[in-house]
Amino acid sequence: MSTRALEVKNLQSWYGESHILHGIDFMVDDGEVVTLLGRNGAGRSTTLKSILGLTDRRTGVVNIYGSDAIALPSHKIARLGVGFCPEERGIFASLSTEENLLLLPEVGAGGMSLDEIYEMFPNLYERRHSPGTRLSGGEQQMLAMARILRTGAKLLLLDEITEGLAPVIVQKLGEVVTKLKNRGFTIVLVEQNFRFAAPLADRHYVVEHGKIVEVVKRDELVAKTTLLNEYLGV
Amino acid sequence: MNQKTNLLYGILALIAILLPFQDFIYLVFAMKVLCFALFACAFNLLLGFTGLLSFGHAAFFGTAAYITAYFCKETGLSPELGILLGFLGSGALGYLIGSLAIRRQGIYFAMVTLALSQMVYFLAVQLPFTGGEDGIQGVPRGMLFGFIDLKNDVAMYYFVLAIFLLGFALIMRTVHSPFGQVLKAIRENEPRAISLGYDVDRFKLMSFVISAALSGLAGSMKALVFQLATLTDVHWHMSGEVVLMTLLGGMGTILGPVVGAGIVVGLQNYLANIGSWSTIATGFIFVICVLAFRRGVVGEISAVFKK
Amino acid sequence: MFELLGITPQGLTAQLLVGLINGSFYAILSLGLAIIFGLLNIINFSHGAQYTMGAFVAWIGLTQVGQWFGFPEFSINYWFALILVPLFMAGFGLILERTMLRRLYHLDHLYGLLLTFGLALIIEGMFRHWYGISGESYPAPEFLQGAIPLESIEIILPKYRIWVVIASLAVCFSSWYVIEKTKLGAYLRAGTENPKLLQAFGVNVPLMISLAYAYGVGLAGFAGVLAAPIFQVNPLMGSNLIIVVFAVVVIGGMGSIMGAIVTGLSLGLIEGLTKVFYPEASGVVIFVIMAIVLLIRPAGLFGREK
Repeated sequence: MSTRALEVKNLQSWYGESHILHGIDFMVDDGEVVTLLGRNGAGRSTTLKSILGLTDRRTGVVNIYGSDAIALPSHKIARLGVGFCPEERGIFASLSTEENLLLLPEVGAGGMSLDEIYEMFPNLYERRHSPGTRLSGGEQQMLAMARILRTGAKLLLLDEITEGLAPVIVQKLGEVVTKLKNRGFTIVLVEQNFRFAAPLADRHYVVEHGKIVEVVKRDELVAKTTLLNEYLGV
Repeated sequence: MNQKTNLLYGILALIAILLPFQDFIYLVFAMKVLCFALFACAFNLLLGFTGLLSFGHAAFFGTAAYITAYFCKETGLSPELGILLGFLGSGALGYLIGSLAIRRQGIYFAMVTLALSQMVYFLAVQLPFTGGEDGIQGVPRGMLFGFIDLKNDVAMYYFVLAIFLLGFALIMRTVHSPFGQVLKAIRENEPRAISLGYDVDRFKLMSFVISAALSGLAGSMKALVFQLATLTDVHWHMSGEVVLMTLLGGMGTILGPVVGAGIVVGLQNYLANIGSWSTIATGFIFVICVLAFRRGVVGEISAVFKK
Repeated sequence: MFELLGITPQGLTAQLLVGLINGSFYAILSLGLAIIFGLLNIINFSHGAQYTMGAFVAWIGLTQVGQWFGFPEFSINYWFALILVPLFMAGFGLILERTMLRRLYHLDHLYGLLLTFGLALIIEGMFRHWYGISGESYPAPEFLQGAIPLESIEIILPKYRIWVVIASLAVCFSSWYVIEKTKLGAYLRAGTENPKLLQAFGVNVPLMISLAYAYGVGLAGFAGVLAAPIFQVNPLMGSNLIIVVFAVVVIGGMGSIMGAIVTGLSLGLIEGLTKVFYPEASGVVIFVIMAIVLLIRPAGLFGREK
């Protein structure tokens, strides 16, 4: 019997006066990979941020590994075992690569050791003393992912990790995510790049105007292709 | 500007004009309130309407006070000319300090104005013409236009009232003019104003100079009312007080500073004999206003009326 | 021996030492302000008043506390004060942050300036009310009394003043080391850059902010204890100092910790030298430098525009 890693019900969210999310519903079981698809501005990134408490106000139900997270401050939500890869990567410029890597506190057992990380991402070892933002876009993305793997987080929220990166790096990222999936991590992907997301995910949720408008299971992909293209404006 | 506010201004002006005909409120107290009300209104032009917090406005208030005091006492200049000199002098000082301060924004701007006005304070301590610790005392009120004797408190009161109304009207016109609209735009969203093509620095500097000059006008008047110009007028406590008057009365409102000035001057009079309580009370009011009363008296009243 | 432009070596050394001491205070206080500003985005106007309070608490510990509790012989001597007073002040700062400053973070930063300004007035007013404006004297500890003569260059170095410089530099550089080179400092630097994101990674940023403010206030308190034997302990000692420190901070910019320390020390030395060669200008020289820096390099010498 698998546990429910993440349950979101009627999640509404505001930035100041702007009402961005109008009722998001989705769930993810332990070990699953799901994506949030949709056009720019639909509210996908905001959903991830709302789960972590990074918006100004939110209401609804957010349950992480059985704990009620809607009223918790961000640092306590992270400590439920959540790892976050923000859209802008969030590498701290005043820290070196290695400092960035070692910064995040442990939020669960079984985090990868520094050696394992450097094995998975050899580039980061070479650049470990460089200031974090001197790395290339691809290396920064690797750093952003590597960071959260050290913490023992089991639920990973990844926001647009392939954005702006060369195909070679995107491929490597795909390998990383597959490896993580095989190791049993639970992943929520926000992705524009459908071709990247499709082979990885068990389920796709389409977000439009701050609500979930369609759920597409892995085996329904072919059947619903036209519908999806409509939603994504492809 | 609607009917109700016009009526309100009318009533207030009427009360002000009729003030000498009662015994409740001392004329000297009323004159003090008017001076500081003008000071606070001038300050509010910069803070409430342009969004710039200056922590050094005492420099303008005090410098004009010294200028007016010096010329009226040492050269026998008639009061209207003395005030004019003070007005121009503090305007010029405002241009100098403003040009430097505008180079930074927000908190740095406040710190720069504070530091530069502290420099003015040091100069006031050292320069011979200011009289150092004693200040300039025994300043003659003189003969207005050569024939109105201002030693008479009633005459002085009407003179002060006239200048106050002039300054107040000037500020109102500025706020409601296209120039004033740009200032408000800068306060709300400076990057937007820049992207709309406005030379934001020039507008900020103009607002600063007007604010400085009118603050100086208030200081000059104060020097004549009390026949005195001292280091207190250029001390940073004075800068803090005008901030408090504006905050307490209501930033960004027209009448707020006047109300704030009335309350603060009144409180100081009341607490003057109890040693340091004036400072402590000022501090407490600041803290309470910032934590729980940011809209100020007039701001809160307006909010009630809008409901 | 020799004379430089009519100044004896003793005269020059004395002024340079004064300059170095003032510079040390400028450095400690601008360091505290920079740490607080980095995390809280608030200019702690009450920094000067907290410095004054530190000096007073030290003096009270030395001369008054015993009498309050009926043990007139009891007193907290200088060496204990050096440790206890900063801790006490840090606790005081913690209370201020938790009860008041915290409520202002979502507002325009200027409100923080206004609140701490009000606090400064309250603190200064209270001490003025209790103890008047004439100063209280606080004797230097016996170990540090007297002076060290350097006969070869005809100079006497007062022991306590040397100690002040050493202690300040030690505290400044340890703070710098912790912030720039340790993991704790990494949290601080990351929190200065992006506090919300850091919190989403599981770091208790609100606690970090409280502790940073407490540390800044503790530094001010420490400076106050150091200052007590040199300057008379009086309610106005902080307010005159803090405005100069503001100018120092505008000159240095608040982007770097080392920048704050170096700027503070250098400006103290420059002020000291000015006193030797052109005494009338010594009160305003720092402000003049500030005006010049504003003209050529508005972000400050070490500043990074936020």
